[in-house]
Amino acid sequence: MNGLFEYIKTVFKGVGTLLTGMKITGSYFFRPWKHVTQQYPENRETLKMFDRFRGEVIMPHNENNEHLCTGCGICELNCPNGSIEIISMSVLTEDGKKKRAIDKHIYHLGMCTFCNLCVKACPTGAIIMGQEFEHAVWDRTKLTKVLNLPGSKIAQGVKE
Amino acid sequence: MSETKEIIISTDKIHTDQYLVNMGPQHPSTHGVLRLLVSLEGEVVHHIQPHVGYIHSGIEKMCEAISYPQIIHLTDRMDYLSAHMNNEAVALCVENALQVEVPDRVKYIRTIMDELSRLASHQLWWCVMGMDLGALTTFFYGLRDREHILDIFEETCGARMTVNYNLPGGLMFDIHPNFQKRVKDFLKEFKTKLPEYDELLTGNVIFRQRVDNIGHLTLEDAIAWGVTGPSGRGSGFSCDVRKHQPYSAYPMVQFEEKLDTKGDSFVRYRLRIEEMWESIHIIEQLIDNIPEGDYAVKMKGVIKLPEGEFYQRVESARGEFGVYIVSDGKKNPYRVKFRSPGFSNLFALNKMAAGHKIADLVAIMSTLDLVIPDIDR
Repeated sequence: MNGLFEYIKTVFKGVGTLLTGMKITGSYFFRPWKHVTQQYPENRETLKMFDRFRGEVIMPHNENNEHLCTGCGICELNCPNGSIEIISMSVLTEDGKKKRAIDKHIYHLGMCTFCNLCVKACPTGAIIMGQEFEHAVWDRTKLTKVLNLPGSKIAQGVKE
Repeated sequence: MSETKEIIISTDKIHTDQYLVNMGPQHPSTHGVLRLLVSLEGEVVHHIQPHVGYIHSGIEKMCEAISYPQIIHLTDRMDYLSAHMNNEAVALCVENALQVEVPDRVKYIRTIMDELSRLASHQLWWCVMGMDLGALTTFFYGLRDREHILDIFEETCGARMTVNYNLPGGLMFDIHPNFQKRVKDFLKEFKTKLPEYDELLTGNVIFRQRVDNIGHLTLEDAIAWGVTGPSGRGSGFSCDVRKHQPYSAYPMVQFEEKLDTKGDSFVRYRLRIEEMWESIHIIEQLIDNIPEGDYAVKMKGVIKLPEGEFYQRVESARGEFGVYIVSDGKKNPYRVKFRSPGFSNLFALNKMAAGHKIADLVAIMSTLDLVIPDIDR
């Protein structure tokens, strides 16, 4: 008899705990404005990533197609997985001296782990982290990018 | 006709074999690519042999070829749920080797970040634990709250999981101006959400029947198998590195090491919930008192460790995480060994689950909070 009583007690206790849980889920069911999800592809226009978000390495250029990269190769040394290749060339300055300049700043996006070490190490601040995160492409060769734009040159007054 | 009469079935002469069943490598409740070779007697688990190596990524070997700041970004990829702690372990190891003292600001921020990632890790563990036992609601509720922490990380560190926020000698960036406000808002909100966790799952009768008095681990076994973290503390093994070998700002804060001696699945579950309250308590003590100062010490461009062996352990969300560096004086280490908590915890599974039903194995494995890249690093 005692066992039966215990059994019935457990059944009621079980139903009670289930109702406690359902109380919470039910209360959220009737508060649909408390949602936290974003409708991602629809909100592309308004979607703003955080300032420090690390999406890709980019090299900003000013309106005269000038960048700040001297081609020193410190970013290449600091990269843990070889995502950056620097191809430098020597140019003649106005006073006839030979000077190193960037020919191609090759960035392999497919290998990048977005660790920020290259940006942190850059002495002139030539590369920064961009906020683009939609990197899907049909062809993986498109993941290899040349960061300095064609015809660009180093801005005046950048010291190595 | 006469032959059939002669067949007399005698049960004690039947030779029974154990079933060998592969659980995994592709099994949803193993949380990754983990293979358990389970010997079954009927439905009862007799022995479990974990097989690891399916996603071995060779991180220790890769570390031998790269410099110390670069090693830190690889440790994000091991235990991705306690990335901050892993980063900090390497950073502290290098700082101790070079005898660099970091500013108080760095220590405070590191500790806050550690506790935030412990919260995030335990939230994910909680929601996955519920999901393993069939309660899908917990999965959404846990991830909903974890999202706020990941936003905090993203705003300050620039990434949600692979944060790479620590450097030898300090931090990658200073904290974002919104950081303190965001953390306080989150804590205020989460303190109202955490009791909901208890109501949803802890008191639930179905859940309690699955975890109460199941998966016992004795104190002797916990010590013998090196089970650390909440799993070890559930068996009464006082192993909190934050208490026993304090690092960063842990000597300056008041908190309790939660211990229990029962050692079953429910205790391991309850200790993690209590740890979340302790983490909230620690962050509240620090968040308003972050001292002014630099966020990093100026280090040399190429960091070279003196010759010798260095070890640093920290308390990650799963247990004791250790970094052992052997240096020969060059800019990259001669050998790096990571002592990952998940690896030791996994191999004690046999002690816990042997003798239970195979359905209980899933519940016991959930309470261990396994992260497979942490095991197979």
